[in-house]
Amino acid sequence: MADMSYLLSFIAVAAIATFATRVIPFVFFERHTEHPLIKHLGRYLPAAVMALLATVFLTRSGNWNAALPGLDAALPGLLVVAIHLWRRNALLSIAAGTALYMMIQQTGFLSGL
Amino acid sequence: MNQSAFRLTLPILFGYIPLGMAFGVLFSTQLDYPWWAAPLMGVLIYAGAGQILAVSLLAVGAGMVEVFVAMFVLNARHLFYGLSLLGQFRGAGWRKAYLIFGLTDETYSLLTSRPRGPDRHHEQELDFRITGFNQCYWVIGCATGALLGENVAFDSTGIEFALVALFIVLTIEQYKALKDGFPIWTGAAAAGIAMLLLTPAHQLIGAIVIVTAVLLLHYRRMKDTGATEGAKHG
Repeated sequence: MADMSYLLSFIAVAAIATFATRVIPFVFFERHTEHPLIKHLGRYLPAAVMALLATVFLTRSGNWNAALPGLDAALPGLLVVAIHLWRRNALLSIAAGTALYMMIQQTGFLSGL
Repeated sequence: MNQSAFRLTLPILFGYIPLGMAFGVLFSTQLDYPWWAAPLMGVLIYAGAGQILAVSLLAVGAGMVEVFVAMFVLNARHLFYGLSLLGQFRGAGWRKAYLIFGLTDETYSLLTSRPRGPDRHHEQELDFRITGFNQCYWVIGCATGALLGENVAFDSTGIEFALVALFIVLTIEQYKALKDGFPIWTGAAAAGIAMLLLTPAHQLIGAIVIVTAVLLLHYRRMKDTGATEGAKHG
């Protein structure tokens, strides 16, 4: 059953962590905006973190015991990439990939292959 | 002034309502918590990708340290938004705290790209209203989606893929902005190594540690070889 004290402490911790990323520059870095290490991390960290999250969660959504391991996640993943490169509309890409993944999981048509 | 804030934020309205609804539906179909917790998260956390990641962290009952690290690192890009707005927010008084709190990707891009007049106080007041309008759209989206997910019966199996799709889209956007594959391959490889070596509960933090270490080594090597900014990689 839903544990409300867990949920509320979760929200508090998530809110503090998120606010910290927004307020730290204003508290600590008023004088260091030009430091080359900060510029370096600002340039590369966001892209690396996104790629990391995409890889971890894409891998976790696949069924690795199927006849074609991971194909049930790889196909919708590729659809997201293709549609995004084509139209560059984030909501469209997300909706198309999610719809395909839901269809694959709900009909189970890949497991018959 | 509310009219010009509304006009400026109209594109964000069309982005935040559906994305907030996607989060809300995900929240109420994946989790056992009451629907109002979804808009509450929109009020207190107010981060799109962060809240969607939070659903999967809530689903596995993640520990508080993991929640803090995962949310901090996912939102670490905000650190660099703030750095470029230090000057613009200076002297905004009591409004400054909310301007900082509401600094999402979309608000940042709006505040940094809109034309600004010479009246600093007036412009900061408009920034403040823009931030408030955007958060209202987001919270409305979260609430609508959560109510919809709770009351409309449909087979939501697989809807959690929206998170994966969102991260793929954000990776492509990062690549397009950077035109450099190096951080993308570093992130993907770090994730692969972490998944091979660590248990699921530690994979995210492990991969984040690897990525940070690689970027620090990369920085040192660039400094030692005297490479300048804009040097090519990968």
